[in-house]
Amino acid sequence: MNELPLTRDPAALRTRAKALRRHVLRMAEIVGQGYVGQGLGIADVLTVIYFSELRTRPAEPGWVDRDRFVLSTGHYAIGLYAALAEAGIIPVAELATYGADGSRLEMSAPETTPGVEMTGGSLGHGLAQSVGMALGLRLQGRDARVFNLLSDGECQEGSTWEAALAGAHHRLDRLIAIIDCNNQQADGAPAKVMGLEPLHEKWAAFGWHTQRVNGNDIPALLAAFTQIRATPGKPHAIVVDTLMGKGVKTFEEREKNHFIRVAPEEWALANRQLEESA
Amino acid sequence: MSTPPRGVTGNILTSDAAGAARTETAPFGHALVRAAEQDPRIVGLTADLGKYTDIHVFAEKFPARFFQMGMAEQSLVGAACGLARTGCVPFATTYGVFATRRAYDFIAIGAALGRANVKIIAGLPGLTTGYGGTHQAIEDLALMRSIPGLTVIDPCDATETAQATAAIALHDGPVYMRLLRGVVPVTLEPHNKFEIGKARLLLDGTDVAYISTGLMTTRTLEAARILAATGIKAAVLHVSTLKPFDRAAVGALLSRVPRVVTAENHVVTGGLASAVADLAVDERLAIRLKRVGIPDCFCESGSLPYLAERYAMTAAHLVKAAQEILK
Ligand SMILES: Cc1ncc(C[n+]2csc(CCOP(=O)(O)OP(=O)(O)O)c2C)c(N)n1
Repeated sequence: MNELPLTRDPAALRTRAKALRRHVLRMAEIVGQGYVGQGLGIADVLTVIYFSELRTRPAEPGWVDRDRFVLSTGHYAIGLYAALAEAGIIPVAELATYGADGSRLEMSAPETTPGVEMTGGSLGHGLAQSVGMALGLRLQGRDARVFNLLSDGECQEGSTWEAALAGAHHRLDRLIAIIDCNNQQADGAPAKVMGLEPLHEKWAAFGWHTQRVNGNDIPALLAAFTQIRATPGKPHAIVVDTLMGKGVKTFEEREKNHFIRVAPEEWALANRQLEESA
Repeated sequence: MSTPPRGVTGNILTSDAAGAARTETAPFGHALVRAAEQDPRIVGLTADLGKYTDIHVFAEKFPARFFQMGMAEQSLVGAACGLARTGCVPFATTYGVFATRRAYDFIAIGAALGRANVKIIAGLPGLTTGYGGTHQAIEDLALMRSIPGLTVIDPCDATETAQATAAIALHDGPVYMRLLRGVVPVTLEPHNKFEIGKARLLLDGTDVAYISTGLMTTRTLEAARILAATGIKAAVLHVSTLKPFDRAAVGALLSRVPRVVTAENHVVTGGLASAVADLAVDERLAIRLKRVGIPDCFCESGSLPYLAERYAMTAAHLVKAAQEILK
């Protein structure tokens, strides 16, 4: 069975990221509101992971030697489903059922859906399970890697830091944590809710090979993953700063919110702005 | 793409108030403000869910008495216990799943064993969110009820949520209360006053007894009305305090009306039905019991009407349960 072809061509990845954003907008429009800001903001990161780094077989999501992508933040499902559809792991047509009664594309991604490795959403589980996966894969002599996407808010959960200690202690250099700093959580900006900065220094202090890059800059993301391959012996953290709503000007500019409400007439403009964006 | 009708989606926050004749907004938040105006010891805390648990009303009114703990539920409950040790009366809010699953040890040891005067206010009880197993607190009552010394409350509506908030503010001891948030239906009249530990007979009847807790009491009342039209007289006993359990009131009803339907917005093991069954065994009461509630499974996500139908928890299902037990 075929592996998903990977590329390091920024132009091809940019085109792919735009396709992800189109899916995100259409799903958000169907439910009329929601996590469109997160989905658009993380699209470049998901694109680079899925189309430049992750070894998967779209027709065989359970392939034992696959790289694992673990989504801690269940509510980022809107972005994950877009990536899974583009990768051919779930049908594009099914995206129209996002959030509907009886759909397997629940607003928070359940692991019963192909390509979803772990049920996230109860935040603070992803890194610990990723540590376990990395330990298990290493024990079995497999060279698969484990990518965990977590959020800035999740860095307030004690369990995240317990797992961070374990990752460094066990020298899991096939474990990569990508921490999305979109500067937003449920009650507002982390600086107001519970200060996290300097976040990259905290990861470094916990013994992780740490980088901080603009998560909407595809060449910068590619360079970060190149660095990772050249740095054995430690787990890797990439703290990515992203812009919520990236690619849709009105969403980029509106007052930042964890869960946004969008008026029905705003979608046409949003779609137009996405097509006009770089 | 075809567009399904709006409003049938599994959003995280969704209101059960559709179709309710009367509603109130944020009854817990406003009641907490009223209590705090009387009692300067009251403080508020949340774990990044202030806007989502109605405690933002308190935070705006008393910013200096409000502590944002970030998304860290163990720290939330631990800090609440510490505040209580200094004489404060902390109200700590998060969703029920995160309070009971993530912070269980902190509630059991810090709050209950330590006899800390802490009030845990727990959002999204049972099937009141469109999100699935990660957010639906389906077994929280079982977990909390088994902790020695903890008071456990599941209010029915806006009226009772406000009254219970006032009552637990005055009560000295740890409390776990389920929260109905946002736009909340009004079912109970204010004169029908909530008291900690007291079950209330809302409707008397001789053929079948509904014993219900939380928002299910709105549905047992409706089921009783439907049955009345067919000549069946159903009693409705509302048991909003799961612990301490009102053994006298429940026992009296069981002795008088031994055909019983329990109804809870919770799995049917370890909650209200189990408390009723325990009592029947202890008191050697021969009853026939049908349990309406969430079956032994993690539930799907979906709109609230879809979920109530899917897991057989509507008034129509309660009517059917009564008819079956009368056969
Ligand atoms: C353990 C846990 N506590 C609380 C929540 C409720 N919750 C859902 S998302 C969220 C904000 C988390 O911050 P982040 O993921 O950074 O938010 P975003 O970037 O999506 O705004 C909270 C508190 C949760 N899902 N899990």
